[in-house]
Amino acid sequence: MMSTNNTIKLTYREALKQGIRDALLKEEKSFLLGEDVGRYGGAFAVSKGLLQEFGPERIMDVPLSESGFVGAGIGAALNGMRPIVEVMTVNFSLLAMDQIVNNAATLLHMSGGQMNVPVVIRISCGIGRQLAAQHSHSWEPLFAHIPGLKVLSAGTHEDARGMLLTALQSPDPVIIFEYTFMLNTEAEIPANAGAVDISKARVRREGKDISIITYGAGVYKALDAAKELMATGVNAEVIDLRILRPLDDETIFNSVRKTHRVLLVEEAWGAVNISSEVSARIMENVFYELDAPVQRLGGVEIPIPYPKHLEDASIPQKDDIINKVTKMLQHD
Amino acid sequence: MEAIKPIQTTLLPDKTYGMKLLYQMMLIRRFEQKSAELYTKEKIRGFLHLYVGEEAVAVGVMNSLSMKDNILCTYREHGHALVRGVSPGAIMAEMYGKQEGCSRGRGGSMHLFDAKTKFFGGNAIVAGHLPVAVGMALAAKKQKKDEITCCFFGEGAAAEGEFHEAMNLATLWSVPVLFVCENNLYAMGTAIRFSHSVVELEKKAPGYGIDVAAVDGMDVLAVEKAAKEAIQKIKQTGKPFFLVCNTYRFRAHSMFDAELYREKTEVEEWKKRDPIPKLQELLMNENIISKTDMDAMNTQVEKEVQQAVDFAEAGTWEPVEDLAKYLYREKEKL
Repeated sequence: MMSTNNTIKLTYREALKQGIRDALLKEEKSFLLGEDVGRYGGAFAVSKGLLQEFGPERIMDVPLSESGFVGAGIGAALNGMRPIVEVMTVNFSLLAMDQIVNNAATLLHMSGGQMNVPVVIRISCGIGRQLAAQHSHSWEPLFAHIPGLKVLSAGTHEDARGMLLTALQSPDPVIIFEYTFMLNTEAEIPANAGAVDISKARVRREGKDISIITYGAGVYKALDAAKELMATGVNAEVIDLRILRPLDDETIFNSVRKTHRVLLVEEAWGAVNISSEVSARIMENVFYELDAPVQRLGGVEIPIPYPKHLEDASIPQKDDIINKVTKMLQHD
Repeated sequence: MEAIKPIQTTLLPDKTYGMKLLYQMMLIRRFEQKSAELYTKEKIRGFLHLYVGEEAVAVGVMNSLSMKDNILCTYREHGHALVRGVSPGAIMAEMYGKQEGCSRGRGGSMHLFDAKTKFFGGNAIVAGHLPVAVGMALAAKKQKKDEITCCFFGEGAAAEGEFHEAMNLATLWSVPVLFVCENNLYAMGTAIRFSHSVVELEKKAPGYGIDVAAVDGMDVLAVEKAAKEAIQKIKQTGKPFFLVCNTYRFRAHSMFDAELYREKTEVEEWKKRDPIPKLQELLMNENIISKTDMDAMNTQVEKEVQQAVDFAEAGTWEPVEDLAKYLYREKEKL
């Protein structure tokens, strides 16, 4: 729906779909490969209608063989195509982990720079739909641990719309995390939205009192928290990391130099996650800019339970962020 | 579906071709023996898997392929690389870890790569390269390239899920891939009877609707004939083919293997079927080659292997400052 100031309001699902459609139109070597992406319309209806528009050569349904079809995507990339592989959910991605780690991320190095793998792997993930322990995961840190991969997290509608097209230009393997919890949420993006940069973190909200650094499902929660904090006189800056490997240190450090306080927020389990790495880098590089210790809010270290109240309590919520920020600033 | 049938060796090769096949097998054998020596001298480190005994498979299959085709191998791939035309010096230098190696020393014995000859490894996660091969064939089909993709693996790989996923995908998508199973009867130290519920691997093909043939992998002419027929079939139909080559590894799995799992008598029995004397005797008995030809080939093999060693010895170490290279293509613009 067009609004007066040249923006359109759309769901996260629609943004993803437009991104895929745009990529297929602009990159003729690309094709979408994944479970139920065609006839079913995508497990979450993201690719609904694309089979009818692009045909079965470019929208390929595959059997339940995660290692097989992710490996095939890698092979197709080695031999001149630009495959977009969809892994239905991150929960199934471990079945393809060997292909991603030992082939996609490794072949260029192991071949002494001869064979690059320009594959894009889209993985939906996240917590919050009462899907219980085997279907509720924030495993971005597992992938961000792997040298050779580029790991993106689409925490906003704009990135859901634009990351794929840019990723397809990369000569190296790119993983894009998408968030099922956000599929029905609406937001306004520029009517002419398209490819976005995939090298820099982004300041989603300017502030001066504290930097809330997050990504993925944490971005809108942090922005909502920042809005409410404003009413209490706290002006928080919100950084969306977007690129989890390689991390954009400069945007992070500049924010620390500005606010001198940092709260890291993410849904992944608390230990050994993205926040751990960002925190260490802040300590190593801009420690003397800090007025207080860096703090973290991560997922509780437990397989995600089914009941709503326990699931909600397992990951940082808007109120947790508000409370933590308030506590961090109350000694001033 | 093609019926499973034994393939008979009928035609004798002419002198040039016969000598080529024999020479390639002799070269592999000598290259591998030299590698073992160099391993004991600690010139080569890491894992080293030798192809001694199995030469007929690589030589028979590779001579049936064209240079347009893509090749993917396992970690026991020195022989395949040699026959494919990767320079012996670059292979040896790779095993030394020198930057003149075919993978600039980054890979070692298990990861020989060579873009020029479309040699895609050197893959050391058992069966991990099978889905990749299917994807390469899929890309060829999409781009209407006149090429097939040939993927070598052992019978150990046929117990992995990826073997079954790859066979299913290849037939489902109808892509031109030649799966070559080098059945040497042992997955490391586990005999096939302990790892496969059905040991006749060709019987696995019908379940995936894939054409299949099984061949004596100790007979280079039989392998070559079977491979040519398989490739012809792939070119006619555009569909995958499964070729089982029954063979045997004379040496240990790797340099760390005490061979506790098999009897010496078994090894000796298989050595009676050694593919090299077998072809040599055939060519000599039929008066296709002479003792002089044999002597000349032996001398040439020795010379070529020594040149490879000399090349590796003269190679240089990549500077440590270059350690971070080859991680992302984007930054390097190679």
